[in-house]
Amino acid sequence: MSNTARANILARLREPQRPECGFSERDYLSRYDWDTAERVKRFTERMVAVRAEVHHTTADTWLDVVSQVCAAKGLNNLLVSPATVLGKQIHAQADRFPALKTYDQPIENWKQELFYGVDAAFTGTTGGIAETGTLIVMPSADEPRLMSLVPPVHIAVLEVDKLYTTFAEAVQVQGWVQAGMPTNALLISGPSKSADIEQTLAYGVHGPKELVVVLVE
Amino acid sequence: MITQFRQTVRANLAKPEVRANFYRAMDGLMTRRLDQFPDKAELERLRTQSMAIRANALSKLPELLETLEANLIRNGIQVHWAETAEQGNQIVQAILERHNAKSIIKGKSMVSEEMGMNHFLETLGIECLESDLGEFIIQLDGETPSHIIMPAIHKNRIQIAKLFHEKFPDIPYTEDVDELTQMARRILRDKFYATTVGLSGVNFMVAETGTLCLVENEGNGRMSTTAPSVHIAVTGIEKVVESLSDVPPLLSILTRSATGQPITTYFNMISGPRKAGEKDGPEEVHLVLLDNGRSNIYSDPELLATLRCIRCGACINHCPVYVRIGGHSYGTVYPGPIGSILEPQKAGLDVHGELAQASTLCGACSEVCPVRIPIPSILNRLRYDGVRKDTSNTHTVGSGKRRTLSEAATWKTWAWAATHPTIYHAGSTLATRFKGMLPTNLGAWTTVRSAPKLAESTLHQQVKNLGVDHE
Amino acid sequence: MPPIPDTIYFFGTCLVDLMYPQAGVSAMQLLQRAGVKVIFPPAQTCCGQPAWNSGYRDEARSVARAQIALFPKPIPIVIPSGSCAGMMKVHYPELFAGQPDEAQAVDVASRVYELTEFLVDVLHIELRDLGEPLTVAVHTSCSARREMGVADKIESLLGQLSNVQRVEHARKPECCGFGGTFAVKEPEISAAMVLDKVTHIRNAQPDRLISQDCGCLLNISGTMAKQGDAIPHQHIAEFLWERITPHPNLPPQGGKGQEAHPAQASSSPPSPLAGEGLGMGGKFGGQSS
Repeated sequence: MSNTARANILARLREPQRPECGFSERDYLSRYDWDTAERVKRFTERMVAVRAEVHHTTADTWLDVVSQVCAAKGLNNLLVSPATVLGKQIHAQADRFPALKTYDQPIENWKQELFYGVDAAFTGTTGGIAETGTLIVMPSADEPRLMSLVPPVHIAVLEVDKLYTTFAEAVQVQGWVQAGMPTNALLISGPSKSADIEQTLAYGVHGPKELVVVLVE
Repeated sequence: MITQFRQTVRANLAKPEVRANFYRAMDGLMTRRLDQFPDKAELERLRTQSMAIRANALSKLPELLETLEANLIRNGIQVHWAETAEQGNQIVQAILERHNAKSIIKGKSMVSEEMGMNHFLETLGIECLESDLGEFIIQLDGETPSHIIMPAIHKNRIQIAKLFHEKFPDIPYTEDVDELTQMARRILRDKFYATTVGLSGVNFMVAETGTLCLVENEGNGRMSTTAPSVHIAVTGIEKVVESLSDVPPLLSILTRSATGQPITTYFNMISGPRKAGEKDGPEEVHLVLLDNGRSNIYSDPELLATLRCIRCGACINHCPVYVRIGGHSYGTVYPGPIGSILEPQKAGLDVHGELAQASTLCGACSEVCPVRIPIPSILNRLRYDGVRKDTSNTHTVGSGKRRTLSEAATWKTWAWAATHPTIYHAGSTLATRFKGMLPTNLGAWTTVRSAPKLAESTLHQQVKNLGVDHE
Repeated sequence: MPPIPDTIYFFGTCLVDLMYPQAGVSAMQLLQRAGVKVIFPPAQTCCGQPAWNSGYRDEARSVARAQIALFPKPIPIVIPSGSCAGMMKVHYPELFAGQPDEAQAVDVASRVYELTEFLVDVLHIELRDLGEPLTVAVHTSCSARREMGVADKIESLLGQLSNVQRVEHARKPECCGFGGTFAVKEPEISAAMVLDKVTHIRNAQPDRLISQDCGCLLNISGTMAKQGDAIPHQHIAEFLWERITPHPNLPPQGGKGQEAHPAQASSSPPSPLAGEGLGMGGKFGGQSS
């Protein structure tokens, strides 16, 4: 059935005369000229506007800030990769954090715990977008897809030198097409929300109710 | 004769609460959209650019679909083609049977609505659970979406609170939006935990990279495509774009036009199932490419513009007809201006052709359309197709089926009079002279209006005193 | 800046002919006072839009063809209606695409001006208000606003009148629900739209309602009349003429139980002088207040 359908559909689409479109230029890269400070400012404004928490830190202080955030939120546990550069540092100072959990097995083996027993997850990011206040997250074997989705709190670190002005710029500068797309790539711009009831914003519908961004300068 | 459409419209116009719900929501959406485009010239530039991106993709549609398919397969995504909704449903059914699945959990998908998938699968004993909050609410009440991006917009908080209490009597009654949302979260989390097949729609398909893109705020789309071990995506064949660099401008204009957000919470780009070594994500990803009348629309160079649509709903939000009659009056999956051009083309002018008539052609829709679909022109064209005598030059389904002898004779007589000025003006003069004898009850016109008053004498008579030339 | 033409064609529209002749008379008087010679081809009937919007393209084309033949000279065609102007400017080229007389249709379309557009953009008309203080609400037709893109012209003309204050009403850009045959084919929706429009206009409490399109006026005023308390209404041409002439026409009637209607065919003869209250930018040095 499917093969016949395919042939029929494509044949029908080939039938009509198609006018030349004349569209060649793709000139929609950033027309903004924002320096780092401006990008940080814009990013922060946008993130705060959608109720994300943003912390400005340095390479020396980010770990303290993450630790303080965990304490302030009263987290019982934190899901952190033991394999990433940042994750290793947290694991190395485990006593400053709530009970550390690791995503070291396929989801099927511990789905119940992930869905009902994890308070928060900590992940890195691939970059950020200043214009829209967005994190770029490319899940991996070390930091799988559900980490930034299932726990009620998501703490993400963004290094300021990977904060781009626009989405288009990030795609181009990071060479997404050339590198090949990962199985899943995400833009995350705030905590999960809905306005389906009377246009009133409610947070934490299916994804995290809280998004904490730790900006590292 | 009062048509079914007019009967429904009458009934819905008589529900002040529903009308108030629509007004409040549409006013909010219009204001928020406007706030996103402070620079009018920039907006016009973006609309032109977005139109060009979509027009470019359509101009290469069969080639892009083949490139897309090749890249999806290379990425490990299984591609299925369906000419009709029925075929699409059967493809989904076969996948479910292979996995012995008795239920699926759905992210928001208008194409699945178009396919009537829930009904189809439920007759097979398969449970379909909607997980988008709005879709979840209307599914509880046995309704269909009244808006393509805000499916439960016709309901207010109190109605939803009562509905939740009726369906989940164990949970305490609340009218608090946060609490209602958390109730839904808990219920649906259990379902995401337990269900092995997830279904979603698609906003853009990128041919260049073999990527499926989903735009959403809640995470229902991410959950449905990530937590279950099988993900089935369904979408229309027109949703493809050529390159990844086409996506950022479309995404930006989509979210701003739709809900007045600079971007949604999640933009989810899926380019494959779980790879070796990865610990989550579905083991299988399927894409069902649905035609369902689209290739027929594609065959007409004028109507083709219909397929540029990126389903932002801005035309709906700005439509003075929609805001008054509400989404359910249309009796179709897609309501509002986009529905009024899409549905008659898909189902046929004999079935939904009246929707093309249910517009004042005011142009509020095309003024905001991010891809510049000339909706009033297409409505006009569909009116023409509906009543044309010679249907040999059009592929529109149901062409000529709306032509009636009496209406055709009326227009013929009118045209004859208007091309015989001496007689036409003698008639006008007579009408003004004997206007006292004209009826004051003009049927539909005079239900809320007085009968129009003719002047004492026509402009043609008065112009004689004006000292103007006549040629 | 386009040159100011000596002579123009005037297309009165079928609605003005039968219902609002004073709007046509006033429009021609405004044009004459500005020093423009007006040609009114007497064989004109209707632009063809009702048939066009109903899908009867052959009938629309035959009527349109008869109109096109009336405008052979290469001079502007001025129309006191955004709707009819939109038909001729935007839709004639579509209606005649591929027809043997397509070039003529395109030529006519290229010469079409909506009246307020012509007064502002071509004649650069300057107005001196001689009337009493008055508030007005403006309803701009959807075709003037979106098809012709001339919504700002009526505002700028009224803005020149020193004693006229514009009051804004809610949802001003929204359609009044007329839509030609729409009002009859979908009467329930049309009624809901016009009732809302009337409410918004009433809430603004204007002394008068002004529009550049008689279709909308017919719809809105008919609804007000049926409610029993009509706000007087006028086509912009008639209103402007009344404001700038020293012996204005009788004010429009209104009041309870009566449909407000423009003053009927007052036959004040056109002044041979170029305007007490009207000048023309550049040409006569202007008399703006």
